[in-house]
Amino acid sequence: MIVEEEQTNKKNSRRQFLKKGLLAGAAVAASGGMLKAYSEKTGGESGEKVKVMTTNGEVMEVDKAMLKLPRVSIEEAHLGIPGKKFVMVIDLGKCKNARKCVEGCQKAHHLPKSQEFMKVYLLQDSEKTSPYWFPKPCFHCDNPLCVSVCPVGATFKRTDGIVLIDNNRCIGCKFCMTGCPYSTRVFAWKHYPEFDEDKQPYSPEASSPGKEGTVSKCDFCPDLIRVGKVPYCVSSCPMGVIYFGDVDEDTVTNGTETFQFSELIRDRAGYRYLEVLGTRPCVYYLPPVDRQFPVDRGFNDLDESVKNRYLNTPYAQKHKL
Amino acid sequence: MENNEKQLLKEFAPQIERTGVQGYIWILFLLSVIGLGVFAFIQQVTKGHVVTGMRDNVVWGIYIVNFIFFMGVSYAGALISGTLHLFRTAWRKPVIRMAEFITIISLLIGPCYILLCIGRLDKLHYLILHGRIQSPITWDVIAISTDIFGCLIFLYLAVLRDLANMRDFEELQLPKWRKKLYRVLALGYTGTEDQKKRLDRATNIMATMVIAIAIIVYSVLAWIFSVTLQPGWHSTIFGPYFVIAAVYSGSAVLIVAMWFFRKVYHLEQYITKKHFISVGVIMLVLAAFFGYFTFSDYLTKWYGSEKNDELLIQLLFKEFYWPFIISNYVGVLLPLLVVGIAKLRTITNITLTAVVVIIALWLNRYLIVIPTLQSPYLPIQDSRPEWSIYSSTWVEWSLTAAGVALFCLLFTIASKFIPIVTVSGNVQETKPEDVLI
Ligand code: SF4
Ligand code: SF4
Ligand code: SF4
Repeated sequence: MIVEEEQTNKKNSRRQFLKKGLLAGAAVAASGGMLKAYSEKTGGESGEKVKVMTTNGEVMEVDKAMLKLPRVSIEEAHLGIPGKKFVMVIDLGKCKNARKCVEGCQKAHHLPKSQEFMKVYLLQDSEKTSPYWFPKPCFHCDNPLCVSVCPVGATFKRTDGIVLIDNNRCIGCKFCMTGCPYSTRVFAWKHYPEFDEDKQPYSPEASSPGKEGTVSKCDFCPDLIRVGKVPYCVSSCPMGVIYFGDVDEDTVTNGTETFQFSELIRDRAGYRYLEVLGTRPCVYYLPPVDRQFPVDRGFNDLDESVKNRYLNTPYAQKHKL
Repeated sequence: MENNEKQLLKEFAPQIERTGVQGYIWILFLLSVIGLGVFAFIQQVTKGHVVTGMRDNVVWGIYIVNFIFFMGVSYAGALISGTLHLFRTAWRKPVIRMAEFITIISLLIGPCYILLCIGRLDKLHYLILHGRIQSPITWDVIAISTDIFGCLIFLYLAVLRDLANMRDFEELQLPKWRKKLYRVLALGYTGTEDQKKRLDRATNIMATMVIAIAIIVYSVLAWIFSVTLQPGWHSTIFGPYFVIAAVYSGSAVLIVAMWFFRKVYHLEQYITKKHFISVGVIMLVLAAFFGYFTFSDYLTKWYGSEKNDELLIQLLFKEFYWPFIISNYVGVLLPLLVVGIAKLRTITNITLTAVVVIIALWLNRYLIVIPTLQSPYLPIQDSRPEWSIYSSTWVEWSLTAAGVALFCLLFTIASKFIPIVTVSGNVQETKPEDVLI
């Protein structure tokens, strides 16, 4: 039903989106205006209120129905948003392993705790170099091996640079998981109850509801982008570590700050992870300089199980954490 | 039918006509192992792949190891029987039928294991419906189905004469339907000069084809690993390495099968020490090749020591120390010693060596698949042990055992249907050169 509604709304919202551009959209979203405007369009209030946080950190109550984003059909999801080429920039100097990106993403995608589209690693390149927290989504590579190896075309690269998976098509051979050199993809080893939370029809753009025996991964949240918003991980991060934007428009934003992409990369020596592999990622990292937090801060307030993940790292072992 | 053929058939008649108590117990045992496998499979289908030891890092476990293993055994059968046939090797008659059976039976079992890795069996037909030629899996689908087809034809041509023999052998005490089956399957072959010539031509062509297809298929299988960027897999040597490892494992399986049938069907007269030594020498040569490939693969990884290769090698020498030693040291050196030194060359020794080689090669595949998946570029950071270290569950082991049991069962059934040793002997054969016309 929502997909049908969406068909009529789509042209509208897209035109609007194109006109205003991603930035303007993000600004509207930041003020909460987009949420309201959007709910009027999709219509119908359920009466149930939920708390959401806007990109400028304001907490507001909205109707639950508002949280439902329109979903495009599977065919539409193959096309990509015209004239766009998305990019993400992650500032390693600001990350303190708050894990809000992970949680925000999991919640929005109805993922069980054991499936993470965003993973935060504790990396240390060599013994003498400094350790740092490393949030890692899918890199939406321009030369994606995961796409090349898929035997049925269930995973595909769109014109806007986004790599998506169609779990209706996926046969679950997991070849893409060995093809991806960045351990990005997750497999549904069973039917997780979280999958049932999502009552909307499936769309590759939402990567939800998940399906047992298929692969999924970070999708760059095109359903949010379509309504002019930034991905969940970007808006959930309290430190504003993650920037999202468009290469052609040359802008990236974390919801509060906006930068010229090329300048940011130039001035802050942005780089791509494991460039040597030739996968040509669309995610850039700013090196962990001018830290806002000591690395140890990342161990605070962690669940025991999450904390245990990092205990095997050379850094944790050295400092007996 | 010639006289000596009749003689031979007479000797094989008991094993074809009757199955003794022991035979039934054996079959019952195999069936129960297969039953356990079926139960495990049902568990996997109803509860999801979570019942296996596979997780997001080690996405392929012993299923894929078994897949490579059975396919390897099969290609080996094809290469060995094809080569023996083409070169008209004098001693081939008693063993070539076994090699052919090994080929076809493991070729039917191998692909089942890849299916066990697939999350959505209900969408399997998408492989054809939406197949993409860019994907090495599609190459595999094409190559394996061609191989199955080619091997079936080759096997059929190879047994056609004996099928006709069975049909013409009136003394055979068999139910009507089986006699009828032989009549249908023999396709009216009566052994006229013309038929003989054509059959030989066809067999020669198929033998050549099967050799070529076998090499291609196994290389394609290796490319599933080496086209990826994973440390330890991304290697140019994998194609030939896999082919050699395959033939090597096949020669060992052939020796074990020879020993087994020799004992059970009392074929001491036909399968002699000479045969064990001949196949043993093949195994020895392959062991040397296999050792050479293994050495050069690991040497280059270790010497250049890229960071991730280094980590992989560390892992191999720490957590996988014993499997590594067994597969890459014992598995190479033992055949060299046992077959190489004349004194040690007894039937029992050669067979025991073959058993060790089979285990070593299974471990070799395990070491190719699992350690690499356990040492990806981004270090695995997970508090759940099963997520970072693979350990196979009872489901996977039951299905592995079921595969082996099915192999034995099909082999047993096949030997009840057609003499395990080629009967038709004294036929005029065309020379291999004729194939080239
Ligand atoms: S990071 Fe991995 S999954 Fe994402 S596009 Fe690149 S290869 Fe594919
Ligand atoms: S697991 Fe699914 S998406 Fe991945 S390669 Fe196989 S079919 Fe394609
Ligand atoms: S871009 Fe979207 S899917 Fe990817 S990590 Fe962020 S929230 Fe999750």
